[in-house]
Amino acid sequence: MEKHSTDVRARAREAAVAGARGLAVAVLGFAGSVALFVLAVVSLVLVPLGVGVVTTPWVLTGVRSFANARRVVAAQWYGIRIPAVYRPVPAGAGPWTRCFGMLGDPATWRDLGWLLFDMTVGFVTALLPGALLLYPLEGFALALGLWRVFTDGTHVGWWYGFVPVSGQSTALLAGALAAGLLAAGYHLSPPLLRLHFRLTRSVLASGQGELAERVRVLTETRRDAVDTSAAELRRIERDLHDGAQARLVAMGMDLGTIEALIDKDPARARELLAQARRSSADALTELRDLVRGIHPPVLAERGLADAIRALALRLPLTSEVDAELAGRADAPVESAAYFAVSEVLTNTVKHSGADRVWVDLHHTDGMLRIAVTDNGRGGARIGAGSGLSGIERRLGTFDGVLAVSSPAGGPTMVTMEIPCALS
Amino acid sequence: MRVVLAEDLFLLRDGLVRMLQAYDFEIAAAVESGPELSRALAELEPDVAVVDVRLPPSHTDEGLQCALEARRNRPGLPVLVLSQHVEQLYARELLADGTGGIGYLLKDRVFDAEQFVDAVRRVAAGGTAMDPQVIQQLLSRRSTVDKPLGRLTPRETEVLELMAQGRSNAAIAGQLVVTERAIAKHTSNIFAKLGLEVSDDDNRRVLAVLAYLDRGAH
Repeated sequence: MEKHSTDVRARAREAAVAGARGLAVAVLGFAGSVALFVLAVVSLVLVPLGVGVVTTPWVLTGVRSFANARRVVAAQWYGIRIPAVYRPVPAGAGPWTRCFGMLGDPATWRDLGWLLFDMTVGFVTALLPGALLLYPLEGFALALGLWRVFTDGTHVGWWYGFVPVSGQSTALLAGALAAGLLAAGYHLSPPLLRLHFRLTRSVLASGQGELAERVRVLTETRRDAVDTSAAELRRIERDLHDGAQARLVAMGMDLGTIEALIDKDPARARELLAQARRSSADALTELRDLVRGIHPPVLAERGLADAIRALALRLPLTSEVDAELAGRADAPVESAAYFAVSEVLTNTVKHSGADRVWVDLHHTDGMLRIAVTDNGRGGARIGAGSGLSGIERRLGTFDGVLAVSSPAGGPTMVTMEIPCALS
Repeated sequence: MRVVLAEDLFLLRDGLVRMLQAYDFEIAAAVESGPELSRALAELEPDVAVVDVRLPPSHTDEGLQCALEARRNRPGLPVLVLSQHVEQLYARELLADGTGGIGYLLKDRVFDAEQFVDAVRRVAAGGTAMDPQVIQQLLSRRSTVDKPLGRLTPRETEVLELMAQGRSNAAIAGQLVVTERAIAKHTSNIFAKLGLEVSDDDNRRVLAVLAYLDRGAH
């Protein structure tokens, strides 16, 4: 009996949560999809005039973030994975390349189709779970006497669903219908919302030629990864060449001079010795910084959770880290996740004006989820040249996704998801 | 004074052994891996252990874990931890039991033999030796959010930095070329401004300052 009542409570709660989530998705989704679709159409019309070439990538990036936000909630709420397969836009490309690169991507057109779907079928399926729970309230109110407001009992003054309310008896009928609807809501709300996300997946994820599309995206993200690592190697080579290596040369030279001076001018030799020691200390400092940039020692020693804790402790603002991982992810994934968080935190320190930051790191259902939230001024977005698109590209190599919620006035929340297994 | 030394790189281990012997330390054991270190710490009962954070066979923070484990079995066992990098996170774990006898230094600090040996002796005597980099990280992080710290004069901040590293008043006076009395005055000013209780015990004083600097960080 006890168990039964907790079951009922849990289901009722699940239904209420589905209703509230559905309402939020319906309202925000409708407003967002209508606004973005109109903007996209206007922007596309303006392409021949030239203006559109600049605005289109901008609007389409907005559409992608909007779709990514839906992907994130679908995965978080119901574990429904909607793969994001966008062709990466080359960094530093001109507006022309960006615009036509994005327009040539079938995923763009799928996104626009999805906007149409989201403002119609998507809207209805998201609204229903909430409506099934809220509409019965009106029926109960009618049965309890609200009908008197609409009719004096002689004519039909109000329709509740298909029940014409003309007096207490029909009002009771409305109440019965309301009870039926509520029962339906209790059972159907969660599956309905799940249906919404399944339909979203079927529209948003590429169906036919999925494999070909996947291969193409993999090819491009792989090229990105190779490019990035080649650039990293060049940077490391340059840093070593101009830094530690040069200092060791200088040190060797000093030591040679000291050898020559040690009998003739001991005072000068001692001075040079001090200088040589300073050079070696400087070389070590540089090497240490370089190593931190290649693979942070704490990451090697302790894994992702502690590496991020150590990173947060270096920030000039108050930080809270909630990280619980049952094992270690693969080294490349750990590294990508670490540098992504590091980049996000750097952005926070530089641009947000926040004085607190929260990092949340968890692994559930084969997915590493990281959320970085700050109390700054907001207004961050994924766009050309911003550090966030770099992170998106970096995570893309591992089929990871990035979503940013940063309304003007804050707060900013950056969510990252990387599929991986822990060992 | 008997030392157990754990360092996996032969050149560094050899150099440290020679340096410590030159300053009249007795090397009870010089080992190169975590399991050997654990055994040496349990069996040889040294006066102080000098331990590299990263040791084979795992090449993770094995040295640190062995040291912490040994201190759980023998509270207050003096341990000086050496590393290629210093992290506030590790410093906090080392200081967590509040019993003192803890050192945490960058390997670079062995360049200055006198200061390094001084740090080993201080730790062996139950004192503290924190790397200047740890203290600077703590200070730069705290000073943005902590008002009392902002009220310290530049000289007082300097004294606070040295104090947090674990130096005694005499040592601080020597380094800043002033009298010990002047340092004592700075110290009591600092404690008053930060609202800390004054303590004559050097080690308790250091731990109070470190706890203050680490406060509010998560």
